[in-house]
Amino acid sequence: MKHDNIERNVGILIILTMLAISAGGLVEIVPLFFIKETVEKVEGVHPYSPLEIRGRDIYIREGCYLCHSQMIRPFRDEALRYGHYSLAAESKYDHPFQWGSKRTGPDLARVGGKYSNDWHTQHLTAPRSLVPQSVMPNYPWLVKTDLDYSDIQGRMKALRATGVPYSISQAEFDKNVKEFGADVAKNLHIPDAEKNLLAQAQAGNYDTNPDKLTETDALVAYLQLLGTMVDFKKYDDDYFGKFR
Amino acid sequence: MTTASIKNTEQYNYDVIRKFAIMTLVWGVVGMLAGVYIASELAFPVLNFDNPYITFGRLRPVHTGTVIFGFGGSALFATSYYIVQRTCQARLFSNGLASFTFWGWQAIIVLAALGNVMGYSQGREYAEMEWPIDLLIEVVWIAYLVLFVATLMKRKQPHIYVANWFYLAFILATALLHTFNNLAVPVSLFSMKSYSLFSGAQDAMTQWWYGHNAVGFFLTAAFLGMMYYFVPKQAGRPIYSYRLSVLHFWALVFLYMWAGAHHLHWTAIPDWTSTLAATFSIMLLLPSWGGMVNGILTLSGAWDKMRTDPIIRFLIVSLSFYGMSTFEGPIMSLKDVNALSHYTDWTIGHVHSGALGWVAMVTFGSFYHMVPKLWNTQMYSNRLINIHFWLATIGILLYITAMWISGIMAGLMWRAFDDFGNLQYAFIEAVAAAHNLYVMRAVGGLFFLSGIVLMSYNMYKTIKSGTTEQA
Repeated sequence: MKHDNIERNVGILIILTMLAISAGGLVEIVPLFFIKETVEKVEGVHPYSPLEIRGRDIYIREGCYLCHSQMIRPFRDEALRYGHYSLAAESKYDHPFQWGSKRTGPDLARVGGKYSNDWHTQHLTAPRSLVPQSVMPNYPWLVKTDLDYSDIQGRMKALRATGVPYSISQAEFDKNVKEFGADVAKNLHIPDAEKNLLAQAQAGNYDTNPDKLTETDALVAYLQLLGTMVDFKKYDDDYFGKFR
Repeated sequence: MTTASIKNTEQYNYDVIRKFAIMTLVWGVVGMLAGVYIASELAFPVLNFDNPYITFGRLRPVHTGTVIFGFGGSALFATSYYIVQRTCQARLFSNGLASFTFWGWQAIIVLAALGNVMGYSQGREYAEMEWPIDLLIEVVWIAYLVLFVATLMKRKQPHIYVANWFYLAFILATALLHTFNNLAVPVSLFSMKSYSLFSGAQDAMTQWWYGHNAVGFFLTAAFLGMMYYFVPKQAGRPIYSYRLSVLHFWALVFLYMWAGAHHLHWTAIPDWTSTLAATFSIMLLLPSWGGMVNGILTLSGAWDKMRTDPIIRFLIVSLSFYGMSTFEGPIMSLKDVNALSHYTDWTIGHVHSGALGWVAMVTFGSFYHMVPKLWNTQMYSNRLINIHFWLATIGILLYITAMWISGIMAGLMWRAFDDFGNLQYAFIEAVAAAHNLYVMRAVGGLFFLSGIVLMSYNMYKTIKSGTTEQA
């Protein structure tokens, strides 16, 4: 076909352009939903608890991902600084993913357990009081703002609709017990969301003020979980290599 | 009303173009001001003022949204309507649809910026707008597609001019990307919050397929359309090679869509995907330079105009930056280079050499050509155009130089080991080392911003001296 014909017919131009622009996505993205090795099988990864969901929402609301990555690359310096490189499985319940693209601040993929709750609360309120050269904004309102969890069940139901196994029925709950263990499964049960959220905040005391449930409680609960779900001692060093 | 009846009998619908042209400048100033402000926040964090609405994290999407979609988007609407009408010798298919795209698009930019400031975000770069705004974009975009295609079908010329191929590809690709990247489940009908349909690795691939091609089609293909009309017009010469334009058009639209995963090198996506993306990124150099060469050689024989015509100067420098950043891009997509450059300011510098050097400069040049024609007048001051050119050029150079240095420095500091095999620097040492460069970047941005403010003044004076009645 001569190009002249394409230039004279807008219909053909549209069809050919659509074909040209569709190929890349069809070959590179669609298979990722079907190739099992894309997300490796690993023990320990589970969906977020109600409190952690709210913490993650706040993380997204404040745009933390614009300065912090959550994706450790398989390099020696990153292993020393941040820990084991990130696995696809570790973000398989992340809607949306928060791998980030820029490290104005350090990677947070394994920040969980690295600092105390006290430290995080102080650092979020006034980062330069702990790290004088930091360029992070102060977030003093987080520790003053009561956590809104009125629509937590709605949030869990929306996540459930995307495929995260939060349970509503007893059968689903039992299935989660089998898959994640009783402690985790309890937190995935939507009808008990408010109760579980309060209980976790009370027990964790993330913002170091037991009398008040604040946004800091949720955000720190989320940060303290990051990167802690997989126990890498259970796996050989080269186990994950075959999935790359 | 008599004015309305006059409007409808005019050969072209310039009214909607004038509106988009003015909003291009408004959003340019707002978006670049936001950019200078957040750049200053990184140099002097006290500027966050403990105020949730103006923290870096919330203002950054305001900057990217108003610049890409407000400034860039309005410029594309304006120039595509101008070019499609003039090259088809046909009036826009529908005044109503044209008006709808204008008001709809402006509403989107305002709502998106307000939403970002208030903390409504999907948490995906350049797609932060929450689901109700996404739906509005979808509707406006389909209206744009219908209007553009229907106008093409009304053409009095047998051939569709090359600039229109690029605009058409941009409209189609943006529709495709926007739709799939924003699939999400809202918390409820009355909630601004949604969760993306995909998760983890698949979500990352979808987002960077979108993110990279927002650059490829929104910020490249469409602006090539602009180039293919205004460079020959301003130079008074035909396009250098028709054959080259055919070749590089098809190669560009095909290859771009494969390259997105180079934003995810060394992450938890499969190696084959990232290798494929790197391969296509290298191949992409050819059609990119095909476009640049075609634009620059269009000027051959008219090089003297570089000395006398500041508009030509804008257009040529924009093509040079296009060539430079489309060379830098493939280099950065090599895995070994990316291991150093990723997560650093180098990426930010790269984006801005494309966005400021190519996108904004070609827009400035095109607008200095188009706006006086829309108002049947001459530019108020050629001297101010010239000053704008130098402010913009110096601004870009300061900006990208600062980012190259801070980016490469951070990359090297992160991976430096001391004599004992331990990490040589704490993370915060690299942050501290970037301070002066962040100041330099903000100053560069300020230069660029003063340029567009000056342009707006020049345009204001021009428009005031003009008339909207077509001769």
